[in-house]
Amino acid sequence: MKFLYAAYAVTWLIHIGYLSILTARGRRLREEVEQLRREKPDAFTG
Amino acid sequence: MRRAFLLLSLATLALLSYALYQAMVVAPTEATMGEVQRIFYYHVPSAVVAFTLFAINFLLSIVYVARRSPRVDALAVSTAEVGVVFCTVVLVTGPLWARPVWGIWWTWDARLTSTLLLWLIYVSYLLLRRYSTSGQTPLLAAVLAIFGFLDVPFVYLANRLFRTQHPQPVYFGGGGADPRMTHALLLNMAAFACFALLVCWVRYNLERGRQELDDAYGVRARQGNARSAGVSP
Repeated sequence: MKFLYAAYAVTWLIHIGYLSILTARGRRLREEVEQLRREKPDAFTG
Repeated sequence: MRRAFLLLSLATLALLSYALYQAMVVAPTEATMGEVQRIFYYHVPSAVVAFTLFAINFLLSIVYVARRSPRVDALAVSTAEVGVVFCTVVLVTGPLWARPVWGIWWTWDARLTSTLLLWLIYVSYLLLRRYSTSGQTPLLAAVLAIFGFLDVPFVYLANRLFRTQHPQPVYFGGGGADPRMTHALLLNMAAFACFALLVCWVRYNLERGRQELDDAYGVRARQGNARSAGVSP
């Protein structure tokens, strides 16, 4: 049973780990956008 | 769009929970392997989702080579990255299943080796995209993805063409399984497919944001150059 539980646990650890990486990337992207907006308000044409 | 994402998230959570219940409680215990066989309900759907994402990436890469659309490129990188995550799950759950059943964690048979090779190909694709500074990076990555995908049919056929430690197929050429097992398997496939769709959605939006930021930096750089040259941008 320990191998079964380990497989299920590690599957979700991998997915949660990847979601955490995506969250961190999203936060960094938003910070960069805000910084660029402050420095150059007309940099975003859209 | 935000509302659709929230609804799909809730539906996916419900489906994943129900699929887990089916896998752990409803599906019968396999006669020879016992409880550990239930790894099947995570291992196989993860492989199916990974291969499907690589197939979508393959098609998008062909479209990108033809049209050079940034949206297509963003979708391609999203499918490749999420595919690598699911392929990682396959490569980790496989040995956890193999150890109690075969007595070994790993063997260099055709199925396992070609799956590891597939993972390495798509990790190379992501590393190329991450570290290449060439303006041609998306095109180079698309070409790599087109050739890299050729390994997917080989992985699928490996245990049909060669004698492998990995079991022969249960479905599509095998003897099939108990209907409750098939039901649990299909539910887990659907649940993980929905989950993959959600994660691809998030990753796509992130990539589009990154592309827009890169464009904005390009505008800023052009404005800076124009100012230093004494002309209006």
